[in-house]
Amino acid sequence: MPEPFTRLTAIAAPLEMANVDTDQIMPARFMRRPRDERYAQYGFHDLRFTPEGMVREDFILNRPPFDRAGILVAGRNFGVGSSREAAVYALQALGFRCVVADSFGDIFFNNSLKNGLLPVRLPEAECTALRTTLHANPGAQVTVDLAAQTLTTPDGTAHTFTIPPFARDCLLRGLDEIGFTFTLLPEIEAFESARAAG
Amino acid sequence: MPRTLFTKIWDAHVVHRREDGLCLLYVDRHYFHEGSFHAFNMLRARGLKVRRPDLSFGFGDHYAPTRARSTGAIADPEIRGIIETFERNAKEAGIRAFELADPLQGIVHVAGPELGLTLPGMILVCGDSHTSSHGALGALAFGIGASEVAHVFATQTIWQTMPRQIRVTFAGTLPAGATAKDMALALIARIGTGGALGGAIEFAGEAVRGLSVEGRLTLCNMAIEAGARTGMVAPDAVTMEWLRGRPFAKPVDISDLHSDPDARFNTEVSLDATHISPMATWGTSPEEAVPLHGHVPKPEEAPDAARRATWAASLDYMGLKGGERLADVRLDRVFLGSCTNSRIEDLREAAAVVKGKRIAVPMLVSPGSSSVKRAAEAEGLDRIFTEAGASWEESGCSLCVSMNGDSVGEGERCASTSNRNFRGRQGRGARTHLVSPASAAASALAGRLVAAEV
Repeated sequence: MPEPFTRLTAIAAPLEMANVDTDQIMPARFMRRPRDERYAQYGFHDLRFTPEGMVREDFILNRPPFDRAGILVAGRNFGVGSSREAAVYALQALGFRCVVADSFGDIFFNNSLKNGLLPVRLPEAECTALRTTLHANPGAQVTVDLAAQTLTTPDGTAHTFTIPPFARDCLLRGLDEIGFTFTLLPEIEAFESARAAG
Repeated sequence: MPRTLFTKIWDAHVVHRREDGLCLLYVDRHYFHEGSFHAFNMLRARGLKVRRPDLSFGFGDHYAPTRARSTGAIADPEIRGIIETFERNAKEAGIRAFELADPLQGIVHVAGPELGLTLPGMILVCGDSHTSSHGALGALAFGIGASEVAHVFATQTIWQTMPRQIRVTFAGTLPAGATAKDMALALIARIGTGGALGGAIEFAGEAVRGLSVEGRLTLCNMAIEAGARTGMVAPDAVTMEWLRGRPFAKPVDISDLHSDPDARFNTEVSLDATHISPMATWGTSPEEAVPLHGHVPKPEEAPDAARRATWAASLDYMGLKGGERLADVRLDRVFLGSCTNSRIEDLREAAAVVKGKRIAVPMLVSPGSSSVKRAAEAEGLDRIFTEAGASWEESGCSLCVSMNGDSVGEGERCASTSNRNFRGRQGRGARTHLVSPASAAASALAGRLVAAEV
C-alpha cells in the first residue's frame, strides 16, 4: 500500500530524451532480484554507468544537484514498452516521487499510480520550457500539489494537470485498492453466479 | 446503439461502474510467468489468497533456458531461484502451471492460444505488455503491472477506464513476400510508437481477414509497440477452424462478436496493404523502420528538429552513418523466435528460405512452445535449420528479452524476429534490427540485411 501523496516540493531534474522505455529505466538482467535497496543501483543503470562500472559524469542524474532530485521532467512517451513494474520501483529507489512528461506508456502510467509515483501529464511546450528553466537554474525546486492538481514551476507559475479521480483519491488517502474492491465482493459474486447460470 | 467489438466485450464484463466512468471488469483468463513473484509477495504481505485458481494459468518462459529443460541444471543460482519460486508459488496457490519440463510449456502468448485457453469474447490479462497478442482470437486482452496482477489474483477483477478506440484498416491484399510482421512495422513507422497511445486497436480490412491466426497474433502482438493497450481482430471462420480440437477450447458463440456496421471509432487509420513490402528497423525504436530494399535514413531527412536529434542518437547507437543501403549492413547474428514470430508458420517460412543452403552468420532458432517444437520436428524443419548451420533450441523468451542468460554482445548486430529494438534490449550495447521470419532467414544466408527472394 503506497504512502499517501498530498504535496511535494523537490529538486527537479530535466531529462532530454524521448521514448524512454522501461528497459532503459530497469534493464532486464536485474529483474530477477527481489525488490530492495539495490534497485537504486539498477535505475537507468546502463546510462549511469560504463560497462566497466565507472560513473558516467555526462549523464545528468549523476551530477549534483540532480542526483538529489525528487521530480523527473522527461520527454514524450516516457515509460513505453515492457509492463515491468520494477521500473517504477527503481525510480522510487532513486528518490523520485513524481515524473512529469507530455505522455506516458499506458501500463507504466497505471503502475506509477498504484505505487505512489505521481505521473503528471503537461503539454509538450510546458515540459520543454520547464526543462529549459531547470537547466538554467540547477537545483531549482518544483512543487506538486495533488489535491489542487497543480504543478508550480520555480518562477511561481502554476500549471494544472489531471489525475484520474479514483487513483487520485486512493493516493491522497493512502487507500488500498484491493481493500476497496473487496467492499464490492457481493457484486463480484453476483456476476459469477449469473455467469454460472448463464 | 451500434457498438464496436471492443465495447461489446467490455459491456459484458462490467461488474461495477463508477460515476467517473471507471469500471471494475471481470477477468475470464489470467496468465502469469516467472516475473509474478512481486505479485505473490504482495498477496503474502497482506495475507490474501488467490480467489479463482481455476482461471489463472502459469507459463515458464521469461527465464526458460534456451539450451536445457531441467530446472536443477541451471547454473545461475538467481535464474534457477526465480524459476523454482514461480513453480512453488503456482503449486501453493493450486494453479496449473506449465513448467519447464511440461510438454505443453511455451511462451505465454504462443502456448496460451495454442492450448485453446484464449477464446473469443474473453477478457484476458497478463503481467506482460505483449498480452495484446491474444486479441487475435477476438479477445479483449491487455498487459498489466505487478500490482494489478496481485489485484486480479485477489479479486478476479481489474479497474479500467474505457480507452479511445481506433480502427486500423489494411485495404487490399498483401503482396507475395510481405507478412503480418511487415504490416505491423509499416503501421508503426507511419503512426509512431505513440500513435495509438492508450487506445484499443481493432484491425480490419481485406489483408487482415486474409491472415491466418498466426499472422493475426503477430499483428496484435505488435499493437503495444504503437502504444496501444490492446489490438484485436473480430473472430471469423478462420478463428473457429484454428481453435477446433485444441485441448482447453470450449464452444463459443461468435455471431455477435464483431463491430456493428455503424459503430463509431474515435480514430480511423487506413493503410494500403498492396504497397507493403518486407520491412526492417534501422534505429532503436520500432517506429524507426523502412522497407528492406531501401536506405537507412539520414538525420537531415527527419520531419522535425526533435526527430532529427533522436535519429542521430539512434544511428550513433546502431553504429550507422545514415544513407547506407540496408543490404550493405553487415550482421553478426540472427535470432528467430519470441512471442512475435516463433509459431509453426513462422518456422515454415524461414525454413523454406534456408532449405539446402548454408547460413553466413550464427542463427539461433527458438520455437515458441514445446508443442511448436515437436510439430516442427515432425515436419523435419529442425533438420533444415541444422543442416543450414543454425542452432535449433528449446522454447522461451530467449534473445527477445535476454533474461535467461542469452544475450547479444556489446556492439554486435542482430537481425531479430522479436518486437523491440530498444537500446540494450538484447544485451548491453547490442544492436537489433527487427524483421520478419523470412527476412531473418534470408539475412542469415547473406550475412546482411536483405529480404527473401519471392
